[in-house]
Amino acid sequence: MSVAIKIENLSKAYQLGEIGTGTLAWDLERWFARVRGKEDPFLKIGEANDRTVKGGSNIVWSLKDIDFSINQGDAVGIIGRNGAGKSTLLKILSRVTTPTTGKIKVKGRIASLLEVGTGFHPELTGRENIYLNGAILGMRKMEITRKFDEIVSFAGVERYIDTPVKRYSSGMYVRLAFAVAAHLDCEILIVDEVLAVGDAEFQKSCLGKMEDVSKNNGRTVLFVSHNMGSIASLCEKGILLSKGRIEKSGSSAEVISTYLKAHQVGNQGDLINRLDRSGTQSHKFSDILFFDHLGNPVQQVISGTETSINFFYQGNTALDRPQLKFTIYNRTGQPLSHFDSNLTVTPLSPLPNSGIIRCAFNKFPLSSGFYTINVVLVNDGVVIDYLIGAINFNVLSGNFFQSGKDVTVMEDISLHDHNWSVIK
Amino acid sequence: MNSSTVQEELWDIEIEPHSSLFKLNLQDVWRYRDLLWLLVKRDFVSFYKQTVLGPLWFFLQPLFTTIIFTFIFSNLAGISTDGLPQPLFYMAGITAWNYFADCLTKTSTVFKDNASIFGKVYFPRLIMPFSIVVSNLVKFGVQMILFFILLIYYSSTGGNVHVNAYALLFPVLVLEMALLGLGAGMIISALTSKYRDLAFLITFGVQLLMYATTVAYPLSAAPERFYAVIAYNPMTPIIETFRYGFLGQGSFSFLSLSMSFVFTLLVAAFGIIIFNKVERGFVDTV
Repeated sequence: MSVAIKIENLSKAYQLGEIGTGTLAWDLERWFARVRGKEDPFLKIGEANDRTVKGGSNIVWSLKDIDFSINQGDAVGIIGRNGAGKSTLLKILSRVTTPTTGKIKVKGRIASLLEVGTGFHPELTGRENIYLNGAILGMRKMEITRKFDEIVSFAGVERYIDTPVKRYSSGMYVRLAFAVAAHLDCEILIVDEVLAVGDAEFQKSCLGKMEDVSKNNGRTVLFVSHNMGSIASLCEKGILLSKGRIEKSGSSAEVISTYLKAHQVGNQGDLINRLDRSGTQSHKFSDILFFDHLGNPVQQVISGTETSINFFYQGNTALDRPQLKFTIYNRTGQPLSHFDSNLTVTPLSPLPNSGIIRCAFNKFPLSSGFYTINVVLVNDGVVIDYLIGAINFNVLSGNFFQSGKDVTVMEDISLHDHNWSVIK
Repeated sequence: MNSSTVQEELWDIEIEPHSSLFKLNLQDVWRYRDLLWLLVKRDFVSFYKQTVLGPLWFFLQPLFTTIIFTFIFSNLAGISTDGLPQPLFYMAGITAWNYFADCLTKTSTVFKDNASIFGKVYFPRLIMPFSIVVSNLVKFGVQMILFFILLIYYSSTGGNVHVNAYALLFPVLVLEMALLGLGAGMIISALTSKYRDLAFLITFGVQLLMYATTVAYPLSAAPERFYAVIAYNPMTPIIETFRYGFLGQGSFSFLSLSMSFVFTLLVAAFGIIIFNKVERGFVDTV
């Protein structure tokens, strides 16, 4: 298989602080160094991009010595925490900015979607904006005309096509913008987190379109997202960036699990410090962990296995009429299941000052995918602690039906035991 | 090993930290020519959307400026117009000057105005200043209609107006104004992308330059003390030739026009090179 993108020794330095004030002297110094063929004096003192540590120098390496290549037809997910260098990498690949050192070689046309609707003019109609935006993204007028009907029907804005886009709802606006980009003729598609906008249905159609592009058309896709679920479903390969360096690359499942492990370690103890909570807060959730049938904490749950969700909490008093409720949401924010300790035959017994509330499943009832939990602790009808998006977790494909087969057509769904029969 | 060396030559795009000063990627600009027309169309259409008079608003600015100039410079200050009908004299200068000045000021803020697009998507950046020059050409064309209406009116009512063969130089003059505005604008845009200070001086500078050009007075009436500055100002021969060709009065000389043209070419070439240089790193400094 041939290489579509080859990145050699790529680094990118950014200057911190103010630019343009008092830098004339530095610029002259730099220029003088370059004239003499010496190394830039301000790049030498650079350091890794760790935004939590105050550095001594003004230069920070957003990317450092990145080296990898991507094969034609691969869908590669790029993950990492904020500031890991993901967007910088995409910006360099999109030729919006230049690398400080290193080189990238690319085979084929690149279409990059760092933002949807770049260059949309609010006064122009949908039709005019399709042409303008298409041309900005590198399409010829002819090409746009040929794909015009397809774009309009993908966006679903037939009725509004001759209305200025300033009168569009924000959903329509985003749909139209994505539709233009999705219909670009290119060999390499670069997408940066654009799916964060738009409703669930739209996100699904975007993902579908991107999957179509990568799997059926054999195009190379580079995809940055914080949504592990969509990375897992769209990409076979993954690259984990951390502080401007490649921490891991390999199959997307591997890379995601490395990332989640690192991420969860970082999250431990974080839950209790979160401020986006409501309730009296006399007791607070301090951690939420998944245990397997042996009681060992697991980072990722396997579908259909014996698993418990353990809510750790801390407080100073006992609670005599406690109630715990939680809801599991899929990646698009749709509720899937709701659990309430007051609905079961045996409600919760009174709680000690601090402890663990466990909710056990004989067979964990979710398919492979990515989920979020909202959780609330109530005592005697009074909300004690309420967290939205308390944790995110990943479920891996498993053997829920004990048949050795698993649901493959969909992700992020709940599974149910059932039997089939034919009535004669 | 052999196959990989063959592959090396097949890369379509190579992204590197520095590129040669003279690598202008003009074939890339050509590939994006449709974008140029669409940008021009955008500028034109968005100008008159939701207005009743539409493109007629383009007439307003030269019309008012002509009235004001006629009142102040001719009636109050009593400056000569080379024996030409005053409104026609001023409108010729203003229409031509406006084209140059619009190209210059719009191009000089091209990085600031398009920062959001430049930061998100790649296309040959030269397209933007080119589209500005062409957009302004459309506006200039509309304003020329007004000038011609006035010209026909004065010639038919026996004004002292003689259109002559030098009017055929008009396309050359337009090209020169475009290149001069573009080049100077791009140089300023490159300078202001990092040091914003210059941007504050632009409006002031353009106004000052207008008074150093023969817009509000003929070259023949230029004050002795500033004569050299005015005569060597590259815009002066353009406006003088414009007046001479269409109105039959003005100080025309091939020498000064050629000198101004050579100067224009130098400015334009330097502008394009420096613009290309700055464009590469601009996203990080803006």
